[in-house]
Amino acid sequence: MSVSEGTAAEQARFQAMIDAEQRVEPRDWMPEKYRRSLVRQISQHAHSEVVGMLPEGNWVTRAPSLRRKVALLAKIQDEGGHGLYLYSAAETLGVSRADLVDQLLDGSAKYSSIFNYPTLTWADIGVIGWLVDGAAIVNQVALCRCSYGPYARAMELICKEESFHQRQGYELVMALAQGTPEQIRMAQDAVNRWWWPTLMMFGPSDKTSPNSAQSMAWKIKRRSNDDLRQHFIDMTVPQANYLGLTMPDPDLTFNEETGQYDFGEPDWDELRRVVSGNGPCNRERMAAKRKAHAEGAWVREAATAHAEKQRRRREAA
Amino acid sequence: MTDNARDWPLWEVFVRSRQGLAHKHVGSLHAADGEMAQQNARDVYTRRREGESIWVVLSSEIVASAPDDKGALFDPAEDKVYRHPTFYHVPDEVENL
Ligand SMILES: [Fe+2]
Ligand SMILES: [Fe+2]
Repeated sequence: MSVSEGTAAEQARFQAMIDAEQRVEPRDWMPEKYRRSLVRQISQHAHSEVVGMLPEGNWVTRAPSLRRKVALLAKIQDEGGHGLYLYSAAETLGVSRADLVDQLLDGSAKYSSIFNYPTLTWADIGVIGWLVDGAAIVNQVALCRCSYGPYARAMELICKEESFHQRQGYELVMALAQGTPEQIRMAQDAVNRWWWPTLMMFGPSDKTSPNSAQSMAWKIKRRSNDDLRQHFIDMTVPQANYLGLTMPDPDLTFNEETGQYDFGEPDWDELRRVVSGNGPCNRERMAAKRKAHAEGAWVREAATAHAEKQRRRREAA
Repeated sequence: MTDNARDWPLWEVFVRSRQGLAHKHVGSLHAADGEMAQQNARDVYTRRREGESIWVVLSSEIVASAPDDKGALFDPAEDKVYRHPTFYHVPDEVENL
């Protein structure tokens, strides 16, 4: 892999390849900045999948039925797999998994702000599947056309698995929304708490998003933050209407002219706070990841020792 | 690929989705040995009956062609249209050709 900004001719050839909708593969020449932004984006995405297992894991032992429990377990297991697909895609860019994990554990790498919110009630589990996975799907469908081949292929695999995540969530919320007054209140309360953080998953507004233009030119990103956010809102509000639930946004109205929903301004200060480490659960999440990594060390060592012993035995035979 | 001593070796995973089809590359993973790579590949890449046979191969054992050799390797095939059936003219009324 060549790592340099390259000559003007190399850069022009690279951009022409991108413009012609050709995919970039690991051993192709690429500008160093292209490689670096992909490593950052893909590893952040991978960390998000893995940290995202924690808020849901919180409810596995308290799922109200076996049906809900197997669904939740299967979903969480999928998210672990998504982390693996993405770490693998990042590794094709010449970084090591161990280094990426270190960056997560020492706090220098970011992951999606959404996983720094607590799962207070069972309704949160449904709302996460419906809204959070729903938003992730919108994002990830767009990324299936990313110019970097391994990332795009990982996204395709992930998208295939995601749709059950959203459906099981919606089904769960529907059971509550059609239940007792207390269950309805619980569902509405969860929507109230998750709606705005979900909208922030698409990132800052296009007006203030510094990396977006270059990412769009390189087709790492295919649609802008605001564009994806609008698309998600337009799809999701009718789903809430069906359940008789409302979004906590007094400005949310259907605009006959545009055929889209107008909506209020997310609290960008809150997003900045959470991203910089001061959300409700940032410390708890990081502590859980560090503990799991430390407590798994002996397993990794034992597996390494076992493999080494087997190898020596084979050689002796 | 950067080798990091703290990472287990990287394995490439190939899955045969059903009898009669060839194994297809589906992704990669780290594992201490082949047996563990097999088990992890099953858990990660075949959770929904995507396969019924798995190959795992050490990534370091794969010999790959370099992108820079693309021209030398594949251009020679470009001007050999006579390797395709449509290059040859035969009358329409002659059937089964
Ligand atoms: Fe996921
Ligand atoms: Fe998911």
